[in-house]
Amino acid sequence: MHYSDKFHTKIRFDFIKHQKKFFGASILLVLLGIVSLLVFQLNLGVDFKAGTHMDIEVGAPVTKEQAAETLDKLGYSDIELTLGGASNQRVSVRFDEVLEQTKVSEIMSTFKSQYGDQVTEEVNVVSPDMARELGGKTIYAVIIASIAIMIYVMIRFEWRFALAANIAILYDAFVVVALFSIFRLEVNLPFIAAVLTTIGYSINDKIVIFDRIRENLRFSKQKNKEQLAELVNASLWQTMARNIYTVLTVLIVAVSLYLFGSESIKLFALAKIIGLASGAYSSVCIASPLWLMLRGDKSKPGKTAKAPVAS
Amino acid sequence: MKGSSRLIAFLGIIVIMAGVFAWTTPGLVNDIRLGLDLKGGFEVLYEASPLEGGEKVTPSSLKETSKSLEKRIDAQGIAEPEITTEGSNRIRVKLAGVTNEDEVRDMLKKPVNLTFRDPQGNVVLNGTDFVQNGAGLQRDEFGNPIVTIKLKDAKKFEDVTTKLTGQTMSIYLDEELLSAPRVNYPISGGTAQISGSYTTEEATKLKDTINLGALPLKLTEKYTQSVGAKLGQQSLHQTVEAGLIGSGIILVLLIALFRIPGVVAGITVVSYVWLLLLVFNLMNATLTLPGIAAFVLGVGMAVDANIIMYERIKEEIRSGKSLLSSLKSGSKNSLRTIMDANITNIIASVVLYVIGNGAIRGFALTMIFSILVSILTNIFFSRFLIHLLIRSNVFKKPSYYGVKEAEIRAL
Repeated sequence: MHYSDKFHTKIRFDFIKHQKKFFGASILLVLLGIVSLLVFQLNLGVDFKAGTHMDIEVGAPVTKEQAAETLDKLGYSDIELTLGGASNQRVSVRFDEVLEQTKVSEIMSTFKSQYGDQVTEEVNVVSPDMARELGGKTIYAVIIASIAIMIYVMIRFEWRFALAANIAILYDAFVVVALFSIFRLEVNLPFIAAVLTTIGYSINDKIVIFDRIRENLRFSKQKNKEQLAELVNASLWQTMARNIYTVLTVLIVAVSLYLFGSESIKLFALAKIIGLASGAYSSVCIASPLWLMLRGDKSKPGKTAKAPVAS
Repeated sequence: MKGSSRLIAFLGIIVIMAGVFAWTTPGLVNDIRLGLDLKGGFEVLYEASPLEGGEKVTPSSLKETSKSLEKRIDAQGIAEPEITTEGSNRIRVKLAGVTNEDEVRDMLKKPVNLTFRDPQGNVVLNGTDFVQNGAGLQRDEFGNPIVTIKLKDAKKFEDVTTKLTGQTMSIYLDEELLSAPRVNYPISGGTAQISGSYTTEEATKLKDTINLGALPLKLTEKYTQSVGAKLGQQSLHQTVEAGLIGSGIILVLLIALFRIPGVVAGITVVSYVWLLLLVFNLMNATLTLPGIAAFVLGVGMAVDANIIMYERIKEEIRSGKSLLSSLKSGSKNSLRTIMDANITNIIASVVLYVIGNGAIRGFALTMIFSILVSILTNIFFSRFLIHLLIRSNVFKKPSYYGVKEAEIRAL
């Protein structure tokens, strides 16, 4: 820790000095993600894979064996099922086939006769062509949203800032996808909502930091590598409190959704939590050092905007 | 205005707002339209295709099909059905609070049935007797609209009209009587005109219906979501509870970190929630489970605007500026950053709205509303309140703003 007199800022940790470790760790995570996506791929839910998904809220604790036995009696053997809820009272079943409504009713009435009338359910059935269409649309959506946000950042900043920020937000989106692949978590439409809003939200910290870097650039004359590094570190620490607080508030609601929200919103909340955490990390440890690398060691002052504003 | 009167104005606003919120919130909450994932029901996306191959699905036949679905649903007494056509051949049906889902779904899947009946109710002609897309709209010499029809079998039509000469021939779609024209003489040649005192609109509708009946659409379920009522209620309670817990923690945290401005932030967050509920009511928007998630995330994001501004103000105070000039430069300098955050989020939400299906659209729409509302409450209203407070000259110590005296530099 040292005190930067020039920027009146306590530098509690030198992020630039340790940038190699951050880059290394992030590249490793990206590689792991790529390997996992190639080997395990994503655990696609019915929205993208077609088939039938049933969430059966039994109202009393059940075991996997009991639920499997009930399904087995109806002729569904080797069905993928998971238990959820605070005391394993919810059974989630996925069928690869598109079940007819009569089959769904049959399953439900069997569960009801076995466990009572409080059994309640959510059933999603997606046909193969709809799943294909949704998958295609989703890929477009992520690409279009990323490009739109990138263009916005490019208008807002000079290209080095824009490039660094965009690499970092794409990294954040990828981390969410990679962790879902590594941990075999199910990917459905709400997951896409989480990834897209991660892209939209994670850019904010980067804008706050880059605005500050730009503001500080205006007031410091000489810009060799060390001075720039000090400037970036100071900017990071000047904005640290607000970046932590803003992420923290959204993280608090995301965590309470994860812990207390309904079962079907949990994976969405988890994706948000991962995205928020990665966004906070990448703003400080990836985007800012990356900008410095792109900026290089130039004695001439870089192009700065006409009216720098920051917060 | 003197300082003390500003404080009184501030307190007055708070008291009035608290009163309005307490008085209206229960009504607002009760009036909110809940999506079927929160109160039970089902959503089906149908793809329509001609029952007998050949012809394409026309926009008017798709529209007529969706209208006929609506009539069948209404006949069942199901409240607030949502039926929309999508693209060139899809119909989305959302029904909440249905208890006999199996029956309703069976009924909806049946193709429409167009029949012409004699006065005794016997079916004399049905949809398949008509040439596909053969019905047309013309005008007689007085400019009154008439519907022309074409039949496949001229002989059969001649026989029917011979038998019914002098009587009426009623046209039914399913069990609904559309029109009962009188047959004046036997009609040969396989074409006929139906005239009457129709408005152009009525005649067009009759024409479309006959064409639909001649080429009934087969509806295939492509996507269905069905939620049990109990599960829906449970999701609603759990998720609202999660939202309240999260918001409560945020309020405590805001006051602990920012003191006086934190209280203002708390007030603006509460007004954000109230205003968003009001917007939902006025727009008659449907709240879905992902919508609640967006609502709750919105609380976390709305306070960001306050935090960014307060942190900036704190920084200005630390640099030795007076409270008032810290406030001015702090709020000016933070505005653009805050707007950036809102704009990028709106971009992502709009894209999501465009691609999404029902529940996800609910999420995206809530997100967009929530951002717009939070711009009002957590930027403008928040600024107004904090101005009143600072200029009241009551809270002068930096510690009221979460800044320690020792941190303040001399200018």
